[in-house]
Amino acid sequence: MAKAELMDFDKALEMFEPVLGFEVHVELNTKTKMFSDAPNPAAADGGTGEPNTMITPVDLGLPGSLPVVNEQAVKYSISLGLALGCEIAPSSRFARKNYFYPDLAKNYQISQYDEPIAFDGSVEVELPDGTLFEVPIERAHMEEDAGKLTHVGGATGRIQGAEYSLVDYNRAGVPLVEIVTKTIFGAEHNAPELAKAYVAAIRDIVIGLGISEARMERGNLRCDANVSLRPRTAPGEEPAPLGTRTETKNVNSLRSVERAIRYEIQRQAAILAKGGTIIQETRHWHEDTGVTSAGRPKSDADDYRYFPEPDLLPVEPSRELIEELRAALPEAPAVRRRRLKEAWGFTALEFQDVVNSGLLSEVEATTAAGASAHAARKWWTGEIARIANDRGVDAGTLVSPAHVSELVAMVEDGELTDRLARQVLEGVIAGEGSPQEVTKARGLAVVSDDGALVAAIDEALQSQPDVLQKIRDGKVQAAGAVIGAVMKAMKGQADAARVRELVLERAQQQ
Amino acid sequence: MTDLTRLTAAALSEKLASGEVSSVEATRAHLDRIAAVDGDVHAFLHVSDAALETAASVDSRRAAGEALGPLAGVPVAIKDVLCTVDMPTTAGSRILEGWVPPYDATVVRRLREADLVPLGKTNMDEFAMGSSTEHSAYGPTRNPWNLDRIPGGSGGGSAAAVAAFEAPLALGSDTGGSIRQPGAVTGTVGVKPTYGGVSRYGAIALASSLDQVGPVTRTVLDAALLHDVIGGHDPRDSTSLTDAWPSFAEAARAGAASRSLEGVRVGVVKELDREGFQPGVHSLFLKALDTMSAAGAEIVEVSAPSFDYAIAAYYLILPAEASSNLAKFDSVRFGMRAKLPNGGTVEEVMAATREAGFGDEVKRRIILGTYALSAGYYDAYYGSAQKVRTLIQRDFDAAFAKADVLVSPAAPTTAFPLGEKLGDPLAMYLNDVTTIPANLAGVPGMSVPMGLAEEDGLPAGLQIMAPAHEDARLYTVGGALEALLEEQWGHSLISQAPNLAFGEEFAAQEGAV
Repeated sequence: MAKAELMDFDKALEMFEPVLGFEVHVELNTKTKMFSDAPNPAAADGGTGEPNTMITPVDLGLPGSLPVVNEQAVKYSISLGLALGCEIAPSSRFARKNYFYPDLAKNYQISQYDEPIAFDGSVEVELPDGTLFEVPIERAHMEEDAGKLTHVGGATGRIQGAEYSLVDYNRAGVPLVEIVTKTIFGAEHNAPELAKAYVAAIRDIVIGLGISEARMERGNLRCDANVSLRPRTAPGEEPAPLGTRTETKNVNSLRSVERAIRYEIQRQAAILAKGGTIIQETRHWHEDTGVTSAGRPKSDADDYRYFPEPDLLPVEPSRELIEELRAALPEAPAVRRRRLKEAWGFTALEFQDVVNSGLLSEVEATTAAGASAHAARKWWTGEIARIANDRGVDAGTLVSPAHVSELVAMVEDGELTDRLARQVLEGVIAGEGSPQEVTKARGLAVVSDDGALVAAIDEALQSQPDVLQKIRDGKVQAAGAVIGAVMKAMKGQADAARVRELVLERAQQQ
Repeated sequence: MTDLTRLTAAALSEKLASGEVSSVEATRAHLDRIAAVDGDVHAFLHVSDAALETAASVDSRRAAGEALGPLAGVPVAIKDVLCTVDMPTTAGSRILEGWVPPYDATVVRRLREADLVPLGKTNMDEFAMGSSTEHSAYGPTRNPWNLDRIPGGSGGGSAAAVAAFEAPLALGSDTGGSIRQPGAVTGTVGVKPTYGGVSRYGAIALASSLDQVGPVTRTVLDAALLHDVIGGHDPRDSTSLTDAWPSFAEAARAGAASRSLEGVRVGVVKELDREGFQPGVHSLFLKALDTMSAAGAEIVEVSAPSFDYAIAAYYLILPAEASSNLAKFDSVRFGMRAKLPNGGTVEEVMAATREAGFGDEVKRRIILGTYALSAGYYDAYYGSAQKVRTLIQRDFDAAFAKADVLVSPAAPTTAFPLGEKLGDPLAMYLNDVTTIPANLAGVPGMSVPMGLAEEDGLPAGLQIMAPAHEDARLYTVGGALEALLEEQWGHSLISQAPNLAFGEEFAAQEGAV
């Protein structure tokens, strides 16, 4: 994908004010789908069935089939709405969004249109510099996911140039909540970081509620990012009208959200500065090349012929249910951050490091699994983040908090040295199993068998009689040469402190 | 031996229960009758090859002393709009030719659970769009009273099957009169239940907010017996009501036994008995009112001014919902697929399939509905139509404050000749003027035979409507009226229908000569 002309980011910010908007789709992890009793592939144990096995006549849109609303999905949506600080509508309605596309079994999507279940909320997010930013929420509404198309025969795997396409309806009907922000002003040079922090905040909220697996790489959480630029005007002057926006899709990691926003700001600024115009369109984010490319033109006049879904009754949750769900809400992320910072005893810098890396949940889960907060932080923001960065993925996708906690414990118990632990981590990331399993399979454990060590030490002492003599003469620092030789013989799988102890002991006995 | 096909379902089920007749015998008699007359009537699109087997299994279970339901072993015909796992389901459309659904409609499942014997699938206007069954992709059904006339629509196949003694019972679906108008023009009984009273799951949708499945029979009691089997809550249909319904059969029996309408306030809807209705139909209606009055009914005139806009509203709401409901017929997952010389893109194949697979009336309504829902027109068309719908519901509320039931002719004319209205969609639409308001308001309606019109000797029906949830009232009043009229006539109306078994007729004539 050809890289468009880009303007330097700081220069772009001098000339233009970035205006943002986000649509985040959250796949709910209910047992069954939004409108049918088919198993939900986005459920905790949903897994991936063979194509077109997790379906019923409803998901295929077979003639005569009818949708029935999943009550659990409604409850989850209400909880999410409440966590976003939204009002919950006493009565909301589903509508049909009509358009022809082969991944849409009925050729209409059942979605909430003018009567969403939740509206008017806000989410507090924390920027890398520690400032707090209120992102205003327009609405959160329920809808069903579409199926998945695989284009076969083309070079790009995209529909253009494909010979034929395969459709898998397993995902069709997966319950979604779409969270739509109001127009976001004032992010300024923090716009890319705000985008990332916002999506991370939504992720933390849905994980806290337990209503979604929230794995971005699996599409459990998807962000469409709207960006437009407007020229700056002198103080006191009328602000310029809003610029034309683009909507970037396929942004499948926290890191990509940040990069995609930065890219669009730079791309649009370059065009506008040359007197060009921005085309209102969807743009496709390319993770590998870090660019966006034009998708289909999108106009506000797209006619989806919405009308109220006659097969479903309005959703009318009782006041009692809403209050019950409100009472059961977990603490808000901002409150949680304050609590964790205190509990972990991190410095402001250390804590900010965790937040900015988007690893709060991972560190929390790792400490919950038994590791100390400092060790958890060290591994996540250190080695794991480094590997994630090398591979261009989110750290949370590489390894589970339970495994990190297990690794930490092994180091603390002296089973592994830091160096060995890094090798074990590599194996865990490669999918070779748990740290215990990898350690065993790769034979990486610290040799704590004194017999083996003593044998190696005796051999080293005997082969270096001059050193042995020095040690006996009280020149303890000379032991270093023997320790080095032993560690080498042990292929590093020995605790150096213990080796030193034994060397001194054996030297007196030789 | 009695001709088993002439028995009502109630009478047949008594003989089945007593062991006088087996289900195999009854089923074979109807299959023979279908073989003899359906070449002319064309009520069936598909005749089941499992019917005798099903009948035999019911017989053996009865012989083993198993307790069976009241209609066990009685044959039944099923409108082709209802999904059946063992028979193709086409909704009268080329686009679904040969499609066998992987599931039964809830009403079909209930028929099977009650041990009725499905005989086959009946003809209909394509996707239930029409009032004459001429819009079937598989050729028209003919009216057993006069083979040159239409049997009504869209459920002309079910009505004709029952009127021609090919089946004692049938299922229909009624979106704007598709059960009641065919009932009226074939001298049979048809009931559109309260919206939500019968599950729509597995009924191929025309207009979801209007569609309702119901019984098509020769007597009020038979309709009630069948309604008792198919009705009740279905968790697979969100619009299905959770009412605990009374026995409609008991209501029908009570009405027939009393032969009285003492104290019943019968409202005559001024707007549903207009100038322009066929004079013979109008005079039968007046006679029926006299009969009811003589039986103690209090006849009151009620006005429902919004009914004047019912057809206009209906022909916006129906096409709008239909345009969306029919979008799924795109060749991707089931049904017909057009072959293009170059293979074609998915859009091209979808378009070519819909072009070749849908008939003109279906295309006409999809275009109408797509237009009515378009941005900028929604408020003026769909939005306004929904407001009219609310006004019609209010008119019903006001009318039911003055009357226990409302009555009107069930159709403005008797059966018209085949082809007469095919070129004039508006004239065809107007044939449903009396039945549409009940669908818009979700109230139940029944068509009961009220006699033969003097100008053409063809049957006409009287429509009875009750408030929502009060379907039992239809059966009580309908049962009483049916009994009173048959007492006057000295026979049932359907007994006067021509015998279509031409072979026997000619033989008799030869013998007479």
